[in-house]
Amino acid sequence: MNTHLQTNYKMSQEKKQNNIAFVIGASSVGTLIEWYDFYIFGMLATIISKQFFPANAGTAALLSTLAIFAAGFIVRPFGALVFGRLGDLIGRKHTFLLTLILMGGSTFAIGLVPGYATIGWAAPILVLILRLLQGLALGGEYGGAATYVAEHAPAGQRGFWTSWIQTTATLGLFLALGIIILIRSNQGVEKFSAEWGGWRYPFWISILLVGVSILIRMRMSESPMFTKLKSEGKTSTNPLKESFGQKRNFKMVLLALFGAVMGQGVVWYTGQFYAQSFIETVCKIEFIQSRNIMLVAILMATPCFVLFGWLSDKVGRKWIMLFGMLAAVFTYRPIYQQFLTISSVQNRADKIDLTKTVASAVKVKTDEKDANKIFVTQNFDTAYTDGAVFKYTKTDTLVLGATYNALVSIDSLNPSLIVSKSAKPNVVIEKILGNSDYWSMIWLVFIQIVYVTMVYGPIAAFLVEMFPTKIRYTSMSLPYHIGNGVFGGLVPFLGTLIVEFTKTAENPKGDSLAGLWYPIGVAAVCFIIGLIYLNNKMDKNVMD
Amino acid sequence: MNTIKKLSGYIWMLMAPLLILFLLSQAIQKISTAAEAVKSNVILQWAIILLIFTPICIGFFIFGKYAIAGEYDHLPESSEEV
Repeated sequence: MNTHLQTNYKMSQEKKQNNIAFVIGASSVGTLIEWYDFYIFGMLATIISKQFFPANAGTAALLSTLAIFAAGFIVRPFGALVFGRLGDLIGRKHTFLLTLILMGGSTFAIGLVPGYATIGWAAPILVLILRLLQGLALGGEYGGAATYVAEHAPAGQRGFWTSWIQTTATLGLFLALGIIILIRSNQGVEKFSAEWGGWRYPFWISILLVGVSILIRMRMSESPMFTKLKSEGKTSTNPLKESFGQKRNFKMVLLALFGAVMGQGVVWYTGQFYAQSFIETVCKIEFIQSRNIMLVAILMATPCFVLFGWLSDKVGRKWIMLFGMLAAVFTYRPIYQQFLTISSVQNRADKIDLTKTVASAVKVKTDEKDANKIFVTQNFDTAYTDGAVFKYTKTDTLVLGATYNALVSIDSLNPSLIVSKSAKPNVVIEKILGNSDYWSMIWLVFIQIVYVTMVYGPIAAFLVEMFPTKIRYTSMSLPYHIGNGVFGGLVPFLGTLIVEFTKTAENPKGDSLAGLWYPIGVAAVCFIIGLIYLNNKMDKNVMD
Repeated sequence: MNTIKKLSGYIWMLMAPLLILFLLSQAIQKISTAAEAVKSNVILQWAIILLIFTPICIGFFIFGKYAIAGEYDHLPESSEEV
């Protein structure tokens, strides 16, 4: 008899574990795809801008700004309110199913919109609308998924189980980077960037991923806590009013934002986005290599989300998150200084490998619109003994008195034919790191992503535990999306702005590390607020 | 600790309007120095930033006010208190 009971108990425990594993898997896949959808737009921004928002069309630039700024800063928090409210009224399952469909549909549709060259103004307007829909959907998705998983998690394991949801933002970035690199490497830059080129494939792939995810999510049941609340008739009738109109709850929304999420947001964006942008635009590391650095570092650091989520169940959420912020405050500048040192070609003259250092043949390209205008390009590749390569490409623009004859070598071009020459050549610098520096760079990015995992791994459990079930979706979604969308999303913009302040006549490039003062400042203020105000004690079984 | 919570509330209350003033001054400076061709775009960027940061700063001010009023002296530690 005793053995029979033990077997039954064991089977029931296994069933519970399988159930929670399914809940995590189904929720995480959908959230991962939503992140993937949101990222590919940002990662392909240069091509999208060229295809839909041409620089010579002034209003198109305004629409571009709206697409970039409004989607992250206004529509995401707005989506948090709209879908948060819905999630607290009708339930978590149907709401985040809706956000998934909205996100997948708009992503796929972006891939179908013809370029500005084909349909004119309709192109940027359509893309803007679809991008805003993406922002709206993202605003509703995360809170739903985190709440749903947390409300399924066994007592005392909420940090561990919700940390799987936390991995999705980083894995979504990984998936987006991987797919873009794969297609771009196969197609080559020109084919990839064409109007109907490979850059559209990641958008089309989304519909397959979303389709699978919808099928999985359809099989899910409603959160047990919400179901219980609903059956007892205790759900909120006005979640927005209860969340933000009552001091008892509103003070917790403010504390969540200023004492945790704003710091988490800047650490997250600095580690994953600012780092990539810095490596590529300031350190001038070559496109594919810079993305490989990010991919490897992300892959190595991702298990730490689960580690810190699990640890937060043991020692509390507060100290792990605050330690991540503090580490970021003190080490960002040394890390980015090291980026500059590693990628610098100064003091490397003794390492030049003359056998592989070459200047390419001169290439001439005629302007498509003006047959008298030509672009004269030459590459100078300096190779180093450690495998590093410094690529310097110089392009001069010449206007000729006659149409350029491609059969005549540029060297034998009669100088009297040149009407004008660009005062400054267009110079493109790219560096490929040697093996040892490549791994040093990965290590430095890895450290930053570990900080991300410290602040981000426990945050879902932390937010869920701050608010009661009946208004949880609404209450946790808004601070999350303000912290990440606004404070985090502004890292690149404000970082660039601060670098601008440091530019002087003596130092026209400015201090390239100055942009870090924004994330450092926000993380420092958040750390102080968190240290003073946050509570590390929480009931292991918050069942309200 | 509760005394520190209350006293630092004054700092947050002071920081909120200072932050808005700082952003406003930056907006004016950047818009006035922007080239004519991109001026409307710069105006739009800063309008969005001010639009979104103004309520955040008001929230920060209220946070400070709550801290001074002792609203954070005791935070929930169990299901019953949440």
